[in-house]
Amino acid sequence: MTTEGRTVLAEFHPPGPADFDLPPIFGDVTKPMVLYVLSAVLIFGCFYIASRRAAVVPSKAQFAGEYAYNFVRNSIARDSIGSHDFMKFVPYLTALFFLILVNNYYGLIPFFQFPTFSHSGYAYGLAALTWILYNGVGIAKHGFLGYFKLQSVPGGVSGPILLLIVPLEFMSNILVRPVTLALRLFANMFAGHLLLILFTLGGSYLVFDSGNILYAPVGVVAWLLAVAVSFLEALVMFLQAYVFTLLTAQYIGGALADEH
Amino acid sequence: MDGSLNMIGYGLAAIGPGVGIGLIFAAYINGVARQPEAQSRLQTIAILGFALAEALAIIGIALAFVL
Repeated sequence: MTTEGRTVLAEFHPPGPADFDLPPIFGDVTKPMVLYVLSAVLIFGCFYIASRRAAVVPSKAQFAGEYAYNFVRNSIARDSIGSHDFMKFVPYLTALFFLILVNNYYGLIPFFQFPTFSHSGYAYGLAALTWILYNGVGIAKHGFLGYFKLQSVPGGVSGPILLLIVPLEFMSNILVRPVTLALRLFANMFAGHLLLILFTLGGSYLVFDSGNILYAPVGVVAWLLAVAVSFLEALVMFLQAYVFTLLTAQYIGGALADEH
Repeated sequence: MDGSLNMIGYGLAAIGPGVGIGLIFAAYINGVARQPEAQSRLQTIAILGFALAEALAIIGIALAFVL
């Protein structure tokens, strides 16, 4: 840290949000932008290969592609939207799920090692898309007033309590939903990546820079914990992609629901 | 070592969602233990409840950095 040699020990600076501001690669293009575009290419390529020679007896690639597609189609879309009109939304949900999944797993793959959604703007964009979609299909089905009645007046409530319930329901269903949707994805990726940075940098500080040989074993423990946290992150990354897609499907299902 | 009091506040605030998530999965495990064939239905509900309880912790961490 200092030019004075080892007389003053290097001070440990815990990682913070500033560690996520990566320098641009060229022009204004930063690493997450490149990764984001790459993820679209990757997903398109994988599904193109999987579906290129579709046959009754599937090849290995086709089987894997259909398995992944069926997961989103059956366990997310059909269960949440209902078997009547879920098919229209399966392409969006599939694309959403795999886009988030690939972008999250960038955080664990060597050389990429940056979950795109730890920059909040990407998460806001996806949440805005979902917000427009579920409000759009709701208004298209129920009409403008009918849709807001559906979203803000719960069935079986009457009398003066409505004065309290209606603004609350409106807030939670129309205004807060996209914010929590985006923040959940962003904050999970951000906090998880921060945790990884903390354990690896803290470990290397204790081993190499602390100037005390007795701290070295603790640093090794920190590295082991970083490995453990990586496994936890692998779970969280999948779960966040699943939750984002599931909630999108639930919101669409709720917007399409008939009066209860 | 410097830090922010916000982070201590966030640690305290995370207790609530932590207990909530624990309760949700306890109920989920109970339900699956009693009726294993209901697992796929319960899983969706449990993950949904987990996501909603977690939203509080998420709002907390966002505010901890913003405030």
